Amino acid sequence: MTETTLKTIFGRLGWESFPIHEPILFGTFVVVALLGLAIVGAVTWFRLWGYLWREWFTSVDHKKIGIMYIILGIIMLLRGFADALMMRVQQAIAFGANEGYLPAHHYDQIFTAHGTIMIFFVAIPLVVGLINFVMPLQIGARDVAFPFLNNLSFWLTAAGAVLTMTSLFIGEFARTGWLSYAPLAELSYSPDTGVDYYLWSLQIAGVGTTLSAINMVATIIKMRAPGMTMMKLPVFCWTALCSNVLAIAIFPALTVAFFLLMLDRYVGTNFFTNELGGAPMMYWNMVWIWGHPEVYVLVLPAFGIYSEITSTFTGKRLFGYTSMVYATVVITILSYLVWLHHFFTMGAGPAVNSFFGIATMVISIPTGAKVFNWLFTMYRGDIRFELPMMWVVAFMLTFVVGGMTGVLLAIPPADFVLHNSLFLVAHFHNTIIGGVVFGLFAAMVYWFPKAFGFKLDPFWGKVAFWGWVVGYWVAWTPIYVVGLMGTARRVHHFDDPSIQPYFVIAAIGALIILVGILGFVMSIVMGFVKREELRDTTGDPWGGRTLEWSTSSPPPAYNFAFLPVVHDLDAWYDMKARGYQRPVDEFRPIYMPRNTGTGVILAGLSLALGFGMVWYMWWLAALTFVALLAVAVGHTFNFKRDTFIPAAEVAATENARQPLAVGA
Amino acid sequence: MRRATGLPLLVLPLLLSGCDMVVMNPTGDVAYQQRNLILFSVGVMLLIIVPVMVLTVLFAYRYRSGNPNKIYDPSFDHSTTLELVIWSCPLLIIIALSAVTWTSTHLLDPFRPLERLAPGVPVPPDAKPLNVQVVALDWKWLFIYPDLGIATVNELALPVDVPVRFSITSTDQFNTFYAPTLAGMIYAMPTMRSELNAVLNKPGESWGYSGNYTGRGYSDMRFKLRGVEGADFDRWVADVKAAESGLELSTLVELVKPSEKVPVMHFASVQDGLFDRAVNRCIEPGKPCMIDVMRRDMQASGGHPHHAHPAPAMPPGREAQPLTGTKPKPALEKAPDEKGTSPNVTKPVELETPGQLKPGDGRNRDLQ
Repeated sequence: MTETTLKTIFGRLGWESFPIHEPILFGTFVVVALLGLAIVGAVTWFRLWGYLWREWFTSVDHKKIGIMYIILGIIMLLRGFADALMMRVQQAIAFGANEGYLPAHHYDQIFTAHGTIMIFFVAIPLVVGLINFVMPLQIGARDVAFPFLNNLSFWLTAAGAVLTMTSLFIGEFARTGWLSYAPLAELSYSPDTGVDYYLWSLQIAGVGTTLSAINMVATIIKMRAPGMTMMKLPVFCWTALCSNVLAIAIFPALTVAFFLLMLDRYVGTNFFTNELGGAPMMYWNMVWIWGHPEVYVLVLPAFGIYSEITSTFTGKRLFGYTSMVYATVVITILSYLVWLHHFFTMGAGPAVNSFFGIATMVISIPTGAKVFNWLFTMYRGDIRFELPMMWVVAFMLTFVVGGMTGVLLAIPPADFVLHNSLFLVAHFHNTIIGGVVFGLFAAMVYWFPKAFGFKLDPFWGKVAFWGWVVGYWVAWTPIYVVGLMGTARRVHHFDDPSIQPYFVIAAIGALIILVGILGFVMSIVMGFVKREELRDTTGDPWGGRTLEWSTSSPPPAYNFAFLPVVHDLDAWYDMKARGYQRPVDEFRPIYMPRNTGTGVILAGLSLALGFGMVWYMWWLAALTFVALLAVAVGHTFNFKRDTFIPAAEVAATENARQPLAVGA
Repeated sequence: MRRATGLPLLVLPLLLSGCDMVVMNPTGDVAYQQRNLILFSVGVMLLIIVPVMVLTVLFAYRYRSGNPNKIYDPSFDHSTTLELVIWSCPLLIIIALSAVTWTSTHLLDPFRPLERLAPGVPVPPDAKPLNVQVVALDWKWLFIYPDLGIATVNELALPVDVPVRFSITSTDQFNTFYAPTLAGMIYAMPTMRSELNAVLNKPGESWGYSGNYTGRGYSDMRFKLRGVEGADFDRWVADVKAAESGLELSTLVELVKPSEKVPVMHFASVQDGLFDRAVNRCIEPGKPCMIDVMRRDMQASGGHPHHAHPAPAMPPGREAQPLTGTKPKPALEKAPDEKGTSPNVTKPVELETPGQLKPGDGRNRDLQ
């Protein structure tokens, strides 16, 4: 076969594209391949493919999709954290004559992948997964507004994650930082596959996130249980609503920025090049118009989680529900007005800088009000320090420090000395770990029994808690300090030996966090082993206050045999107080959406399309693009979209699951 | 929980002893004012942060489930007085900080000429600032002293207590000119000129960096920042003037090629207009400068920017090659044989880099 034919078929894929010479990558590849083979083998051996396909992959059940999102997030957390450990080790040893064990090439890919994965494929899937699982249960709905779209959103996110992971073993990932700033990400300076992998992964996943956000907003607006007015909506659903409204508003900006960068790279336009009137600064503005609100897309649901947990474990209504809701909405609106604080140092005038600086500080007012509201929910409460509540207190103590350094960075002249230093890096890890990650762990511990019918193992849960909390402080306090010593971010080699001890301590902190992560995995494993002991038969293991605790654990496919009628905030608490009785007869058939494999197929085609475009295999891209359109249009002719669960089956399910439940 | 936060507080003093926090101990007056601003704002914010942290621990302890002496009031979920306090305390603090932000942002605007050399020492009326032109190259810093007719690479010497006016640009990446002890950082951007006014108050050596990741050589892209007393500065200038060669356009064409860990270089003389050529992306001889292209486009359109069309003999839109070097062919226009192979991490050793002449060439990024 001639060279031309080969290149037409395989594009720029060649033997060199595989990491045969790279011991670290090759070793990882072997381990991952063996693990993958083991999993595939086990699934085949136990004949689980049919079960997985029917019950999970094609499922339109919001609970199963939520769980799949969370599994994706946890798997990607392991990858993102492996990157973090590698960086910490490199920075702890690469001083003076020692160049460390990672060449710049490799190190630069790692920090890019770490940021990209942690935000797009860990934080977003975990947050979206939790909203998916919890929100319909909390508003007393049987599914989301667009169940098929929900399945498609998940698989598109998963396709993006798979494409990113592919870059580990075929070609390479971007070496541009997690937002792929122009002009560095332009073809002139990054000609390899890295930036293309980045762009196509995030575009595919971004479509999924946008669709999912539309879905969640429609669900909250249209599908609340009878009687649940907006001011009786649980706080978590309010934060989910605001978070998803934000996501709908901002993701198009990111999609357009990436699309223009794609045009620059594939078609030769000059939107963000240095040449012919291109404006790289425009790219920075567009990605940060997405990027700053994105922080709130992630942290608002976390705030909602803390609110739910605080109110449950203090045995009190949330203090200042109304002001909590207004604070959430105010944060949502203000978060659009602050993006420029990511580049005060780019030479905007003092009036512009002051405006964005002050707008940023103003956000701390509603955020501060929220912290006080949690505080006064604890006041005169009866606080049960079970794991979720421990996470909340750790969050409050950690997050306020991150908030303080955030306001500090919002003052432009202070930002001039702190911007792009490790102080900044420590700040956003302080808010994201202390705010978002702690919240996600609290939520996973809190809602796990609802999802699986048994609690996580409390001992290993405590190991996870202390590992994360202590590890966070040990890892990031020294990074604040080296930031004040004038150390820039993303550096892979230092000359000044006096800062080495700080990086060594930070690496130890990262190892303590590793204990936390392994502790969490163990709490799932040991929870499963001891599941009979930890079983929740009541459906309400924590003395909950919202509707998800009114159904069995795990909930039946239809969530509620009869849609609950809501009279008060904390609807389930109210129902319990009024002596709620479970219905035992007169069940009716329940109308439910039907499973479909179209989401998996569309996402698979998108993945192949992305791969074809990354590697310049135009035939593959064209073919999959046509197929995508054909399948999408074809699916509109699928009229078998719904099904009824017969009344007898509902009765059987209810009677089997709920004899011990509260109100039975 | 208390253990979790107590630990770093215990370790902190040990860590801080013996380390040189340049941001907290700057030698330049601008950075000194920035430091004071940081300390002031932290102080103001601690007014609210400390009570919140103390109350969190106190409430967590006091209202724990096992405490028989606590008051449990499940209906306590609203208090107008408390709500007022909750919203007004952060509001007051933010109002105070906003006022400070507005004034300090204007007073410490990098474009604003200095008014004082040190606390209580105004700039003498007859003092002329020293001009320094900074060009961020891949991956080293070029400093041109137009007033003195000298240039250096990766070494910035400044006379103590003399106001300095930096003009900053970059040849092709977004860098930040980051001198933590002098005045913090400001972006160095291609086709743009940033400005920074600062002064160094103490003699001594420290480091300056690039704060924005620009590729492979970024980590070692740093310069020695030397504060020098008056007479010593003249001696240093004389030293530089004794260097073998000067900075000509041809030298600059060589210098813009990507290179790493570049040692300090001195140039005894500087050809005029090099900084303007860097800003206008016309370092290669014969390339039209951006500013000329724009001027001629404007003239061709009768001066109205909306009707601009390319003047004759000028690059006509996106089909054109860029002002410097050849533009890489976009992916969709590549013939199969031009696709090349995109390798994994390990790269062949290639020392010769085409630099600006062929910016899309992989050899520019992948030096080994």
